[in-house]
Amino acid sequence: MFPSLTQVLETLFNGLMSGQITLAIGKSMGRILLGFTIAIIVGLILGYFIWRYKLVEDTLGFVVTALQSIPSIVWFPLAIIWFGLNDFSILFIVTIGATWTMTVNATSGFKNVPQLYQRVAKVYGSSGIHFLRTVILPASVPQIISGLRIAWAFSWRALMAGELLGGGGGLGQLLEMGRSLGQMDLVISVMIIIAIIGTIVDNVVFSRLERNVEIKWGIRKRA
Amino acid sequence: MYLTIEKIQKSFVNDRKENVKVLDGINLNVKKGSFVSIVGPSGCGKSTLLYLVAGLDKADSGEIRVDGELVSKPGPERVVVFQEAGLFPWLTVLENVTYGLNLKKMPKEEAKAKALDVLKMVHLSKYVNSYPHELSGGMKQRVSIARALVMEPDILLMDEPFSALDEQTRMVLHKELLDIWRKTKVTIFFITHNIREAVLLSEEVVVFATRPGRIKEIIPVPTMKDGVTPDSVTLNTEQRILSILQDEIEKVLKEEMGDDYSFKTDHLHRGDSGDMGSHI
Repeated sequence: MFPSLTQVLETLFNGLMSGQITLAIGKSMGRILLGFTIAIIVGLILGYFIWRYKLVEDTLGFVVTALQSIPSIVWFPLAIIWFGLNDFSILFIVTIGATWTMTVNATSGFKNVPQLYQRVAKVYGSSGIHFLRTVILPASVPQIISGLRIAWAFSWRALMAGELLGGGGGLGQLLEMGRSLGQMDLVISVMIIIAIIGTIVDNVVFSRLERNVEIKWGIRKRA
Repeated sequence: MYLTIEKIQKSFVNDRKENVKVLDGINLNVKKGSFVSIVGPSGCGKSTLLYLVAGLDKADSGEIRVDGELVSKPGPERVVVFQEAGLFPWLTVLENVTYGLNLKKMPKEEAKAKALDVLKMVHLSKYVNSYPHELSGGMKQRVSIARALVMEPDILLMDEPFSALDEQTRMVLHKELLDIWRKTKVTIFFITHNIREAVLLSEEVVVFATRPGRIKEIIPVPTMKDGVTPDSVTLNTEQRILSILQDEIEKVLKEEMGDDYSFKTDHLHRGDSGDMGSHI
């Protein structure tokens, strides 16, 4: 059941050329980008309310911490019943996988904005939306970025699991197809693609983003 | 009188849920364009008073008026220079300085021109596009002074602005601050625990007593016509303030180190228990 290296590379090359793998990549990336974006927005908004209102913190804040410990694939059976076995269910678990982590990180980012920055802004007359946009958000950027990184990892795993079970195209389904056809070279090709995408996003996109912010802020010295 | 502080009372609730009186019946008048310092031992409520004037905090009772208007919230006519510069690390020096002007809805070009002028006044023209982490402590504090001055405030509130700096930098900034004050005629309300600094810079030194914070004495600093105070006068005034503060310092130390501690050197402290009945 172990295909040769040349066979794997051949399938990988053909898959990329014929569009079978490229199409699946496109489909998966489209889903995760949509789900991830929704999760970031919802996470920031929930984080804002938890930070701003004590009552929300005592109620919703606690629930979020509990929800965060549920692996997102656990939501899948519920999602299938609610939305059916379709794209929407996969999108749901991708989103929910990232939302809670994002919420927790956004909350702690907002909470850790130094009192000094807040006082300075108030002295110059900043308040409301302006205060949020020019002080609270930028000051919590480092924490938000590390939140993004974890949130991405969660939704990437949720996406693969969802596609594997739910179908509807994408890399996960291609894996499942390879399994049912007994085509191990295809399975391993897809695994290689998954690893490459994961590495690029984590080590190139997020690491670079984090480093640039840290250098700009003076937390880390330029190498 | 320009800045009037009347019958200010302020208390806090501490960790042990006790009510602690921080300021007790503060009355103070400050003339327009003057330079007033407040000195006192740590914890005497001098910073609290500054926050009240800034509008960052509210008094329990009493009122603060600037030019007849009641202070109720922070405003760009009363800006604060904090102990730490508090520059936003995500903005360049120029963007930090124009932060307040943008809030005033000043046109971008005008704001930039103004900021560049003020940055020139604090000798930072070369660092306009640097980020705060690229500057030294003294430079950061100069940016934060520029950020305050660019607002053309009526009152500049300074909360121990130089206490985190090294001696040389502090001396340079003293001179620069005096130059700026003479040039702009801004009223300066300066908090410090450094008596020499207060005497060197200001026209009037307000000495605070502690627990609860109240004004013990107001000491004018005599200056010559050219604005320079002779060293003998400075030293004399310094000694006078120190002797007033001595009791206060002793009060703080006794609370920290126990009742038999004595700070005064010219007075041998003896507790009752060590007194062999000489009073009989």
